[in-house]
Amino acid sequence: MEMIRTEQLQYNYRADSLHPALNGVSVSIRKGEFVAVLGHNGSGKSTFAKHLNAILLPSGGAVYVQGMDTRDEKLLYNIRQRVGMVFQNPDNQIVASLVEEDVAFAPENLGVPQAEIRARVDAALEAVGMSKYRDRATYQLSGGQKQRVAIAGIIAMQPECVVLDEPTAMLDPHGRRSVMRAIHAMNRELGITVVLITHHMNEAVGADRVLVMTEGRCVLDGTPREVFAREDVLKAAGLTVPQALAFIHALRDAGIDIDTNVLTEDECASALYDVLKKHGY
Amino acid sequence: MLKDVSLGQYLPGKSVIHRMDPRLKLILTVGFIVVLFLAKGICAYALCLAALLLVIRVAKIGLPYILRSIRPLIFIILFTAIINLFYTPGDPLVSFWIFSISAEGVRTAIFMALRILMLITGTFVLLNYTTSPIMLTDGIEQLLGPLKKLHMPVHELAMMMTIALRFIPTLIEETDKIMSAQKARGADFESGSIIRRAKALVPILVPLFVSAFRRADELAVAMECRCYRGSEGRTRLRTLKMQRHDWLCLAVGIVLGTAVLLCSFFLP
Repeated sequence: MEMIRTEQLQYNYRADSLHPALNGVSVSIRKGEFVAVLGHNGSGKSTFAKHLNAILLPSGGAVYVQGMDTRDEKLLYNIRQRVGMVFQNPDNQIVASLVEEDVAFAPENLGVPQAEIRARVDAALEAVGMSKYRDRATYQLSGGQKQRVAIAGIIAMQPECVVLDEPTAMLDPHGRRSVMRAIHAMNRELGITVVLITHHMNEAVGADRVLVMTEGRCVLDGTPREVFAREDVLKAAGLTVPQALAFIHALRDAGIDIDTNVLTEDECASALYDVLKKHGY
Repeated sequence: MLKDVSLGQYLPGKSVIHRMDPRLKLILTVGFIVVLFLAKGICAYALCLAALLLVIRVAKIGLPYILRSIRPLIFIILFTAIINLFYTPGDPLVSFWIFSISAEGVRTAIFMALRILMLITGTFVLLNYTTSPIMLTDGIEQLLGPLKKLHMPVHELAMMMTIALRFIPTLIEETDKIMSAQKARGADFESGSIIRRAKALVPILVPLFVSAFRRADELAVAMECRCYRGSEGRTRLRTLKMQRHDWLCLAVGIVLGTAVLLCSFFLP
């Protein structure tokens, strides 16, 4: 089933701009998919994200969320409830001083009955592994914990799709790992469609599908394996390949005969093992 | 340390006073102030003081905190007392040059000082020390609820307070960072005249304001993403409900208040 479809999506921040931020993006995202959107700064990936729940409206073309046109003002809250959004800076998206009050914010806005708000808050905090912190003040949490609270705040809204706009950009490696775990759990266990905007290649490796954007266009669309095999296109888009693959490529360029169908560290290790074994070590 | 500002002077605890419904606390505080101003005579004042001591005892607030709340206002209390001492007309007790002190003056001065002291201590113990800012905001929102019918933006005011409280620690942290950054570039905030020091604050305030506006913008978008659209059709995770101990406190409050008023009107 189709979750989101964009048709020739165009967007200009200024009407007289010669370089539109989005220049004809047509993609279709299926329900339950984990899609990573890669792109260099200024490639239009954040602008694209903001179109998926009607924060921005297209200058040309259209966006449909489960068939609902985002330009239809009557459907605005239906769309926003179905497609949640998590931003880069956790400090600027937490509304309340207490963790559970913040997670309750969206259901409160939707007029959910009190007993159900409680149940949703508990379930959402459980899903991101933050149940222990329900009574804490939000400012006492670490960056990764704050971002997980922000994700719980969106889960409590019971959306069908969550768009995350570089959610790990401001976090340390530990916080980054904990947030990525929470995002994958949300996708796997709750069946929520995930659109992850990122410029970390390693985060895109775990996705079902990767889109690569440059200059307001979508230039690559495929599984991580397909996309990262196209090093030429990625280079032109100002991107690199994941570390493990970059290492293997370096070995290949040095004249070593090695399997380049590698994405994760484990695959890299086993490819190296095979080479070493072949040479009799 | 500075980050704890968002809790105000709240001292967490589990006493009856701490657990009391914030709406009731607000009402009792107002009632206490009114009674205090109507009280006349030694008996009434003694009763007020006894009631106040009882509340302090039950809330388990230590003497140092009480003194801390009074200290900044010592000057006003003394000033009021002295003015009353000299300007209350009556039979002069002692007099020199153009000043004279009357027996009535002494009495009024003492009562006035006591009244202000009790007023400050009472409100601090009932509201500041035993109620978290979040509870207080909730209480104010619900107490003012009826004013919504007069198109008063009650919910919006409460939401503004909630967000302001939430952002105090964030902005303090940011101020710290900006100050460090400016110091690293040789800014000097500690020396020179007052005007010089005030001027030195400009390079802190400008980036702070710019960032606060950016934060406000991002927060507004994030709130919209979570379907915020004002108070209409909004439910709450927690609603305030009067418990048995609340009714009991209300009864005690009414009894004490009535007793004080009776004392002031019927006893000398």
